[in-house]
Amino acid sequence: MYLSRDRQGAVTTYERAVPMSNLMSGAKMLLECLVREGVDCIFGYPGGVTLPLYDALYDHPLRHVLVRHEQNAAFAAEGYARATGRVGVCCATSGPGSTNLVTGLVNAMMDSIPLVALTGQVHSKLIGSDAFQEADTFGISRSCTKHNYLVKSINDLPGIIHEAFYIAATGRPGPVLVDIPKDVFQAQGHYAPVSSIHLPGYKVYTEGHTGQIRRAAQMIWEAQRPFVYAGGGIISSGASEELRQFVEFVDAPTVCTLMGLGALPSRHPNFISMPGMHGSYAANMGMSHCDLLIALGVRFDDRVTGRLSAFAAHAKVIHVDIDPAEIGKNRVPDLPIVGDARRVLGKIVKVLQKLAPAEAPRNAAPRKAWWRQIRAWQQEHPLLPAVSSSEIKPQHLVTEIDRISNGRAVVTSDVGQHQMWACQFIRFDEPRLWISSGGLGSMGFGLPAAVGAQLARPDKLVFALVGDGGFQMSIPELATIASQGLPIKIVIMNNGYLGMVRQWQELFYNNRLSGVELECFPDVEKLGAAYGIPGRVIQRPEELSPALNAAVREPGPYLLSVKVSPFENVYPMVPSGAAVSEMVLGPPQPVAVPK
Amino acid sequence: MLQVISLLVENRPGALMRVTGVLSSRGYNIESLTVARTLDPTLSRMTIVVDVDPNLRRQVIKQMNRLINVLQASDLTESPAVARDMVLLRVRAQLETRTAILKEAEIFGARVVDSSVEGFALEATGAPEKLDEFIDVMRSYGDIEVTRSGMVAVSLETKKLRLSPPIPTKGEVLKVPDTNGVING
Repeated sequence: MYLSRDRQGAVTTYERAVPMSNLMSGAKMLLECLVREGVDCIFGYPGGVTLPLYDALYDHPLRHVLVRHEQNAAFAAEGYARATGRVGVCCATSGPGSTNLVTGLVNAMMDSIPLVALTGQVHSKLIGSDAFQEADTFGISRSCTKHNYLVKSINDLPGIIHEAFYIAATGRPGPVLVDIPKDVFQAQGHYAPVSSIHLPGYKVYTEGHTGQIRRAAQMIWEAQRPFVYAGGGIISSGASEELRQFVEFVDAPTVCTLMGLGALPSRHPNFISMPGMHGSYAANMGMSHCDLLIALGVRFDDRVTGRLSAFAAHAKVIHVDIDPAEIGKNRVPDLPIVGDARRVLGKIVKVLQKLAPAEAPRNAAPRKAWWRQIRAWQQEHPLLPAVSSSEIKPQHLVTEIDRISNGRAVVTSDVGQHQMWACQFIRFDEPRLWISSGGLGSMGFGLPAAVGAQLARPDKLVFALVGDGGFQMSIPELATIASQGLPIKIVIMNNGYLGMVRQWQELFYNNRLSGVELECFPDVEKLGAAYGIPGRVIQRPEELSPALNAAVREPGPYLLSVKVSPFENVYPMVPSGAAVSEMVLGPPQPVAVPK
Repeated sequence: MLQVISLLVENRPGALMRVTGVLSSRGYNIESLTVARTLDPTLSRMTIVVDVDPNLRRQVIKQMNRLINVLQASDLTESPAVARDMVLLRVRAQLETRTAILKEAEIFGARVVDSSVEGFALEATGAPEKLDEFIDVMRSYGDIEVTRSGMVAVSLETKKLRLSPPIPTKGEVLKVPDTNGVING
């Protein structure tokens, strides 16, 4: 049974039979700290040096979810963290266990996901001796984490755990790794609850500079063509409501980045689409022609900006971010505000409201013209899904998922074409529904992330939309899904290729398709049956809608492989190195089918 | 262009690795690096000289300030600061050049720390460029062996050190879901 911490209201205060300060093992102490941090579920894989921890877990109320690969423990913890906003926890053993976590840690780092990774380490006395399953986890994880620790004494353990959670969750969230030698797990120590931690060098600026906020409000009023560029920071800070108030008050067109989808409801009239490499025409033209770009919790990623020197070339930029190192990293803003998006937006709205009576009418006419222009761009080149009567177009598949989700389902994805189509066509009415690997672009993310998301949100319909490439990287997790009885709807967009790489080879390498054809894709019905998961393969357009309906009706997990047209490409597309306004709207010529 | 970065860091294992990681991950080669404890034994002062692309200098400082073990990172390249370097130098001295070497040493304010029939060991401190000259002069007298300390620098501006206060943890309230028996076993 899944133990929800308090969602069902079925929580009781748990009185320990033992006094508050008592003798216990390091492993027990660790679990004690996790419980105090509100952790209800950890994703892990045991091993030699974490044996004492797993022994302590045996009869501990904390739920442990056994994944089938450590990388997926990190991904599942990220799915959990992104679905809830709480810190995800994963654990692995020393050596290969911790090295397998690395991709997940970098992924969390790039996407600013709060994560605490617990790794076992060999006995303190053996560190540095090339002991069995020893790896320099502390050194390896230095560049993959926001911060990391090597615990040298049981006395330090509780403080470090609380520090790790605090660092992971606050400021710009990120992964924190705690490496714990076996003897620290085994040692006995007197546990006293840690009442405070001291991190003198860790500064979090949340409030935003009052003068800058006032100047920002003034700039926003003076702008004739304002444009809001909102990202993952809105979701991390829980600023969706503040963002909605802000864009409604300013009446600015708004784009949400891949990390920010759902920050503003996709059905909101001010919402345009995702911007960037595969963003809509209106989004990218809006970015290129605005006179004020209001960047909120974004990092001006190259996939959004295209050629940086041409990006929003005529615009002044207001950049709100909680991480001072993001300010001016790629684009030097005209007005930087370091602070939490939620606090800052709330304050900007207050200032705007005060200024409103005097300032509002001034730019009314140019703003109207700006909206007319935006709507014209939207009508000129709308994002329209391709539909065919002879084969299932991949866009058709994502629009069907959108129809079933209706803005409410959790959708996780891998990386590539299916991810881009999902961003273009699936609507999200609230934040924390769209869970995808953004910055790092790790294939094999979707399935384990869905495990974490479904555990975190048992009330939600969860789709794992994966490609046939990424799916094959995460097949082991079918066992986790089956054993945990998670009703995840796994939808494989099967085009027989590593689609996005094939698209680039087609467009930029003379269609010399090299190493991208995925032959021998497993029979999904048999594969599902092997795990006790119902599976089905479809390839006719008329089968699509009933098959998805049937998958959703199924009480447990479902594996649906959808054979889609193999040579469909994602458009619009900004070629790498081009300005976003130079986007290619469709295929240059009829696509040649290679032998 | 060479950049001089002064850092106040927590004296903890891994702190040096984190700081140098910011530089090495970008492929910057460190010219010199000195670390020593401050009056407060829990803190260390670090001076790093590194060749950083001028456009990225502020970014590098910001990324260092972002590190949890770093209390303060500042760029001394263009701010008023005093920078010093120390050199320990052994020079082989023939009988006829010994007096000349001592005279030159005096000009550079160097001290003799050892004298033998083979030659002298000299100690000099000063601005790095001055020491370059000193080394050049000494080389003209014969074989030399040089060890330099790397630059230490102190800012002449008072910068207020902003530190975060202690933070209360969630350690106090214990809430655990009620379970009947073993759940992971």
